Amino acid sequence: MEHVRPSTLDEALEGLAAPDAKALAGGQSLLPVMKLRIVRPSVLVDIGRLELGGVHMSENELRLGALTTWDELESAQELERPALAALAECASGIGDLQVRNRGTLGGSLAHADPASDMPAVVLALGAQIVLRAATGERTVSAEEFFLGPFTTALGPAELITEVVFPLVEGSGSAYVKVEHPASGFALAGAAAVVRPDGGQSVALTGMGGQAFLLASDANPVDALPDAEIYGDRFAPVEYRRHLAGVVARRALDRARERMEGTDE
Amino acid sequence: MPAARQLELVINGERRSVEVEPRTLLVHALRDGLGLTGTHVGCDTSQCGACTVLLDGRAVKSCTMLAVQAEGAEVTTIEGFARNDELHPIQRAFVEHHGLQCGFCTPGMILTASDLLTRAPDPDDATIRRALRGNFCRCTGYQSIVDSVRAAATALREGEAA
Repeated sequence: MEHVRPSTLDEALEGLAAPDAKALAGGQSLLPVMKLRIVRPSVLVDIGRLELGGVHMSENELRLGALTTWDELESAQELERPALAALAECASGIGDLQVRNRGTLGGSLAHADPASDMPAVVLALGAQIVLRAATGERTVSAEEFFLGPFTTALGPAELITEVVFPLVEGSGSAYVKVEHPASGFALAGAAAVVRPDGGQSVALTGMGGQAFLLASDANPVDALPDAEIYGDRFAPVEYRRHLAGVVARRALDRARERMEGTDE
Repeated sequence: MPAARQLELVINGERRSVEVEPRTLLVHALRDGLGLTGTHVGCDTSQCGACTVLLDGRAVKSCTMLAVQAEGAEVTTIEGFARNDELHPIQRAFVEHHGLQCGFCTPGMILTASDLLTRAPDPDDATIRRALRGNFCRCTGYQSIVDSVRAAATALREGEAA
């Protein structure tokens, strides 16, 4: 295996076009799966020093650079507003201090662990994910991005550069999980958004092959009995479905309290 | 197999050169390449925190980082904490408050505590426990470790005031 450190994004994209090349950012997901020999890259394209980080807020959207770490999300003042609070809340519960210092938003979304937290938040907030290749750039919605366990719409020579969140003024958001006590991964995690027009969205993670939105015009929790949920030795199907209801309702309540300013 | 190469690292304020392959983990470069065996390998799966070092002042798990990723950054290990045979205030607090039994997890505990106390000079117990979540102790339980970090915080604040 080779390691290269491109000094520009264009060089990185060129490097990623090589067969079995992998982008290395913080390495908190990639290195563990490499140690298990699940992934065996021929070249690691180390994008860790590229200028792909940062929290950029404009009037109607938030843009997060792919290299933004969990630690940066947790402490970003821009994410204190109720509409985006789910992002900081979710980031603060990921892994541990050391992992949050290194782990990045883009790396985690590309890895797409079915029990990772942030996919639920990008789904509920209706984010767009910006993908760049040497041949050009495209944008896919969070819903189109997650395809299955560790499987996404990201092409082999593509890199996530940014995640873009629409700003719905006056809305509230939250992320709540019941986590596995040892690993910290979600046994059931729910991200909720409540909007001033009465609309509400809930996305779940840790439930199956991938995080997903609960489809419903009225109360998203009503869609739970029909949701495809898997069971394992930590949480059988019916228990996990029960947990999903609990975290979904708690997330909706907290998002509403934030919207109305009645939290804390 | 790609050839090993010389990697220049800044460790504990000193420029050091070490031979690594692209796949070499930072913890192995520190221990096997540079003889800095105060950084321990516990689980090798990014859980136990025994391998914690500081990268530009921030705690990271050196078993989940390639040595080549540390190029150009300042790495601090437990060997960089004592000055002229005088223990660092966090080390002293661990001795005085029985923050260790076997000592295996202690370097990692101290380095994570250092990151915490840089950001939060006066943390409450819940904040300390949350910061130490990625550091496992299998001897003591955690109460005396939390006591040690709290005492270290006080010592560091008083040291700055003095």
